[in-house]
Amino acid sequence: MATTLPPYATTGQKIWYYGFRVFCGLVFFYLIFPILIVIPLSFNAQDFFTFTPEMLRLDPEGYSLKHYKDFLGANGDYSWLQAFSNSLIIAPLATLLSVSLGTLAAIGLSQPHVPFKRQIMALLISPMIVPLIITSAGMFFFYSSVSLQGTLFGVVLAHAALGIPFVIITVTATLSSFDTSLTRAAANMGADPVTTFFKIQMPLILPGVISGGLFAFITSFDEVVVVLLVGSAGQKTLPWQMFIGLREQISPTILAVATILVVISIALLTTVELLRRRSERLRGMSPG
Amino acid sequence: MADTTTDGPMLAADGTPLKQSLARALRRQKIRALMLTAPLLIFVLVSFIMPIGSMLMRSIQNTAGTEYVPDILPNVVAELEEWDPTTGELPSEAAFKAMIIDFQVAFENKQHTQLGRRFNYETPGMSSLFRKSGRKVSRMDVAEITDAKAALLDVDEDWGNLQYWATIKANSGYYTSSYYMAAFDAERTIEGVQMKDPDQRIYQKLMLRTLWLSGLITFCTLAIGYPVAWLLADLPLRTSNLLMILVLLPFWTSLLVRTSAWKILLQEQGVINDIWIALGFSDRLSLINNQLGVVIAMTHILLPFMILPLYSVMKTIPPSYLRAAKSLGATNTTAFLRVYFPQTTPGIGAGALLVFILAVGYFITPELVGGADGTFISNRIYFQFSTLGNWGLAAALGTIMLAVVLLLYYVYDKLVGIDNVKLG
Repeated sequence: MATTLPPYATTGQKIWYYGFRVFCGLVFFYLIFPILIVIPLSFNAQDFFTFTPEMLRLDPEGYSLKHYKDFLGANGDYSWLQAFSNSLIIAPLATLLSVSLGTLAAIGLSQPHVPFKRQIMALLISPMIVPLIITSAGMFFFYSSVSLQGTLFGVVLAHAALGIPFVIITVTATLSSFDTSLTRAAANMGADPVTTFFKIQMPLILPGVISGGLFAFITSFDEVVVVLLVGSAGQKTLPWQMFIGLREQISPTILAVATILVVISIALLTTVELLRRRSERLRGMSPG
Repeated sequence: MADTTTDGPMLAADGTPLKQSLARALRRQKIRALMLTAPLLIFVLVSFIMPIGSMLMRSIQNTAGTEYVPDILPNVVAELEEWDPTTGELPSEAAFKAMIIDFQVAFENKQHTQLGRRFNYETPGMSSLFRKSGRKVSRMDVAEITDAKAALLDVDEDWGNLQYWATIKANSGYYTSSYYMAAFDAERTIEGVQMKDPDQRIYQKLMLRTLWLSGLITFCTLAIGYPVAWLLADLPLRTSNLLMILVLLPFWTSLLVRTSAWKILLQEQGVINDIWIALGFSDRLSLINNQLGVVIAMTHILLPFMILPLYSVMKTIPPSYLRAAKSLGATNTTAFLRVYFPQTTPGIGAGALLVFILAVGYFITPELVGGADGTFISNRIYFQFSTLGNWGLAAALGTIMLAVVLLLYYVYDKLVGIDNVKLG
């Protein structure tokens, strides 16, 4: 496969070249279409999940903010807003916990000569691999026995454990390109290890830490199985509400919620991409 | 210059032998690294490993409610020890008497229904027997009973069911294998452990379906992800970075959003069916609540996990290799099959294993778009757990699934290395 088609290409080569691109285009369409389609649908004035004739005619009558108003409690139902605020409490707490512990451990694991490094890494990444239903069933049994089941703290603890692998992966990746002679230079000039960490190492690995934190945040913000089993009525998060809504009577408010979540993920993706490009540029790996 | 040669080992600045000094420095480094890792290890141990451990324990503990069965029925267990169900005779008079005594205590502690439910998991009918007998047995006066067997049979003739007593005897220990038997579709009969009738082997069917659908989804992601990754690796960096956003956006979008989008798109009155009708077809397609819906939605959801590892491997293959092959006379097909494809196998292995591992454990998508014949083993575990309340069976099924996933994880670590997992 060539990047550009040479002028002497045969018909067969041309068919192959364009066919390949059309196929890839269709796959890209398949990837992005379901995510983007919810955005126009969420402005539907009717309670339908498809485009109404008015919408197709681009008639303003066909569009409204009805579903967004319902999300904000215009119909007297504040459960969505309540769920949203629960999510906004749980996710940052879980992120804080996994980022602080995870960064510390990633620094430890990046030292030369760590005993059992492979085993420790395998253990720390396993929450990402073990199916969520198993993790949450186990957490239900164990947290019940220590009276954490059905508490906010229990859910935060569980979500923090799920976020750990992402922090470990991103921070160790950033640390692998960290020049350790910088910390030695700082120590040489009389800085103690804590000062060295905050003044030298932390600013340089910060992009990795933030990316890891965003991954941990989205993991908690998007998690539903653990909340179903470990949480109780007091910890209904946004995904919980969506899951219940989708399983039972599917309400069009979900379209508005989905759109809000898509916007949030676009914002997070942009942040992570900018951070990645910045650190690549600093390391001279990318043309910018 | 002559006095620089000294006898004995080389010394460090503080006078200790250099070897010793270096060993001490290395040890200190190791300790420091472990100290930095320790808080997280303890955290993961408490919040993640111990829960998994307690699930493993659940799958073998013989409990009814919060107590062990032999602690609720101590006298019955002792009396049944000598009894052999294969003789075809009911247990002794003493065993019936012991049952009345233990049952009365259990009734007092409101444990008799839980006990009945526990046995019912293995032998249907026992739950109602225990529940119905509750009040009548509790009113008996043990001291006055001369024929305990007759008294119990008088309460409910099901107390004469040999199978019921055999089940009680088989589950008289603190640990039981009955949940695993159930998970493998075996059952205990008086003649011993037997497989259930082939049409009743629901868990085997579900496990095979989970593996088959996960394999199919892995194949689909590979089939459509491979060309895309190739294109991305081949395009100039600026263009491919832009197109990469189309891969990464789904990766970052909430799983529930993607699943609900598919649920909305695929439903009978959804966008895809409306387009289908608008194209002139008369029958609406049934795209949801079946296996087709699960494959469509999960291939979409897991596709980035295939494209990203493939891309990072393809990126390292110099394009000049293909050109060299062609200039040496290879056709396009030969050049691809013998030069390009073999070099991408690490990426295929990494992507396929990751997608398969993730697919096997999927719960939300099959639950929402799978309907009756598109559910996975996870859904059954959740159903056992939340609706039927058979935690032991849920734990046993979970343990089996965990074993499969950990085996795949081990293979993944050997082939790819977990420190090579890349995110975005």
